[in-house]
Amino acid sequence: MAEIALREALRQTLREELQSDERVIIMGEDIGAYGGSYGVTRGLQEEFGEERVRDTPISESAVVGCGIGAAMGGLRPVVELMTINFSFLAFDQIINNASKLFYMSGGQINVPLVIRMASGGGAQLSAQHSHDLAGWYAHVPGLKVVVPSTPYDARGLLKTALRDQNPVIFIEHTALYGLKGEVPEEEYSVPFGQAQVYRPGDDVTIIGYSGSVHQAARAAETLAERGVDAEVINLRTLRPLDIDAIIQSAKKTGRVIVVEDDWRFGGFAAEIAALIQEKAFDYLDAPVARVCGADVPMPYAKPLETAALPSEDEIVRVALAMV
Amino acid sequence: MTTTRTRARNQTELLDLLRQMMLIRRFEEKSAEMYARGRIAGFLHLYIGQEAVGVGATAAVRADDYIVSHYRDHGQALARGLEPGAIMAELFGRTTGVSKGRGGSMHLFDVSRRFMGGYAIVGGHLPLACGLGLACKQLHTGNIVLCFFGDGAVNQGEFHESLNLAAIWRLPVVFLCENNLYGMGTNVRRVSAEPDIWKRACAYNIPAEQVDGMDVLAVRDLVRKAVDHARGDKGAYFIEAVTYRFRGHSMADPELYRTKEEVQKWRENDPIVRFRRLLEERGALDEKRFQQMESEIEQIVEDAAAFAEQSPHPDVSTLYEHVYKE
Ligand SMILES: Cc1ncc(C[n+]2csc(CCOP(=O)(O)OP(=O)(O)O)c2C)c(N)n1
Repeated sequence: MAEIALREALRQTLREELQSDERVIIMGEDIGAYGGSYGVTRGLQEEFGEERVRDTPISESAVVGCGIGAAMGGLRPVVELMTINFSFLAFDQIINNASKLFYMSGGQINVPLVIRMASGGGAQLSAQHSHDLAGWYAHVPGLKVVVPSTPYDARGLLKTALRDQNPVIFIEHTALYGLKGEVPEEEYSVPFGQAQVYRPGDDVTIIGYSGSVHQAARAAETLAERGVDAEVINLRTLRPLDIDAIIQSAKKTGRVIVVEDDWRFGGFAAEIAALIQEKAFDYLDAPVARVCGADVPMPYAKPLETAALPSEDEIVRVALAMV
Repeated sequence: MTTTRTRARNQTELLDLLRQMMLIRRFEEKSAEMYARGRIAGFLHLYIGQEAVGVGATAAVRADDYIVSHYRDHGQALARGLEPGAIMAELFGRTTGVSKGRGGSMHLFDVSRRFMGGYAIVGGHLPLACGLGLACKQLHTGNIVLCFFGDGAVNQGEFHESLNLAAIWRLPVVFLCENNLYGMGTNVRRVSAEPDIWKRACAYNIPAEQVDGMDVLAVRDLVRKAVDHARGDKGAYFIEAVTYRFRGHSMADPELYRTKEEVQKWRENDPIVRFRRLLEERGALDEKRFQQMESEIEQIVEDAAAFAEQSPHPDVSTLYEHVYKE
C-alpha cells in the first residue's frame, strides 16, 4: 500500500474510470489546462483529451444540467464544481431535475451523475467560499450524499459513486486534499451506507463526517489522557445513512456527541439526535450533544473564523461534561 | 407511376399532419371537460391553438431523436405517438399513466419514444437538452435533440447559459421557442428587451429564424432544415415559432390581460382550419373524408377517457417506489 494524498486518491479513481469506461466524462471550470482549483484533475485532460475532460464556461446551472442530460443520454458524467457555494447556482438542476427525474418519470429515467464539490472552512476564504452544506443535500430524497474523510474512503467511495445509478453529491473538504493515508493500488470500493468505527471506545460516542472525523479523533486522544474512552464514528455517507451503526454505538456508550462544520440550527446533527432519541432513548445517560458551526456567515478574520468552526477543545469540554 | 405513388405518399403524410392536429385539439377539449368534472386536478395547460408547432416540428425529426419539452406538453406527446389513453390516464393520476401517475399533466415521459419529459421549471430543461445533445455527439449516435420552450423561458439565466454551451460545444440541439405572446398573463413586449426572440440566438452565433407557428408545413420545413444542420455536425439551431394559445394559461386563468377581440382575431387564423382548407384546395381532402377523420378521432379520445376512468389509482403502498434506482 502506498501513502498518497486524498486529492491523488480521487485522481486515481477518476483515471481508472476514464480508462475502463468510454462513457465516463468529466466537466468543470478550469479542470483541464489549469488542472482543477484543487488539483484533483491535473494531467487528465492531457491524457484523455478535451472531449472527455471538458473545460466549461462559468455556468454552474447549465453545466450541471448538461451533466444530467448527458447521463440521460447514456454517458457517465462527473461534474466538478469549484466549491459547494457555487452549487447554489445549480440548485435548480440538482433539486428540481436530478433528484426528481426517476420519480416523476415513474421509474423511466435515472440519472447516474456524480457531482463533486469542495467544501468547508478554515482557510480564511470567508462567507461565500466556506460552507459545509452536506446536510442540505442530505435533506433531499433522490440524492446520495458522500462525505469522505480519508484518502482510502475518498478513492473507494468515488468508485462506488461512479457505479451508482443515481445522482451522487460527492463532498470533498478543502482542508483534507493534502491529507495523506494508505491506499491500496488495486481497485476497490467502499459501499454507501456503511459507517466506520474510526476508533473504538466505551464511554462516549463522537459522530463526525468529512473534516470533523479528524477533529473527533484528536479530541478522543485528549479524552483518553483524561481517562475517557471515546468511540469515533466516521459516517462516510449521509444519505444513505448507517442508522444501525449510530444506534449500536449510542446503546453501547449511552452518550453521543455529533460534530459538524455546518450551521447548528436545523442541521444534520439535529437529525442524528432525533434518530437516537427515537431508537435508543432508554439507553441514553445524557442528552445528545451537538458541536456545530456557529450560526453566522463565515467571517474572514482568523480568530473569528476559528470561533465559528467546531474545535477539538469544545468536543473535549462537552464530552467531559457528559461523563 | 412513381410520381403518382409519391403524390399518394405525400397526401397520406399531409393528412396525417391534419389528423394529429385534430387529435390534439379534441384531446385537449376532452381534458378541459374532464378537469371541469373533477377527474383531472392540479395545473392543466392546454395546447389548443399551438397544434401546428408541435405537429410540424415532431414530423421533422426521426423516431430515435430526443424530444424535451416544458409543462405544456400534451400536444407534443400526442404528436410523438404516446398513447392517448396513457396520457389521459396520467392526467387522471392513474397507474396506467405514462409516468405511472407520478408526474401528471406537466411531466409526461415516455423513454421508449425518446420523449424525455415535460418540465415545469421555466427554462430548467434547456440544460438537459444540451446534455442529451452532448451524449448524442460523444457517443456518435447520429441523433439530435428537439427542445420546446415558451417565450417566458428566454429571460432565464439557464436559457442563456444553455445557448452558449450549445454553441461552444457545437451540440446537435434544435431550440424551438413557441412564442404564444404571453408568459401567463404577461405580454412578451412588457418583459423582453428584444421581443424578436429569434434575435437573441445571434448573440451566441447560433443561426436563428422566425416562422409562422400557425402554418404546420412552414414549421415542418424549417425544423427539417434545422435538424439537417444539427445532424450535419454544424451545431445548434434556433427557431421562434409565432403562435397563440386560444385558451387561458391554465384552467385557473380568468384571462384578464387580453381582449376577446384579440383572441377572436387569432382564432380566425386557426392552424387546423387553415390546413384543412389548403388540403381541400389541393384536392387531398373532401368533406366526407374529413368527417370520417373526425369520428375516428372522437372514438380515440373517448376510448382514452374511458381507459383513464377504468384504470386503477396508484396503491399507496407504492409511495416510495422510484426514489432510487437499485
Ligand atoms: C422558474 C419558474 N418561474 C415561474 C414559474 C411559474 N410559471 C409557470 S408557467 C409561466 C409562464 C411561462 O410562459 P411561457 O414560457 O411563455 O410558456 P407558455 O405557458 O406560454 O407556454 C410561469 C411564470 C415556473 N413554473 N417556473
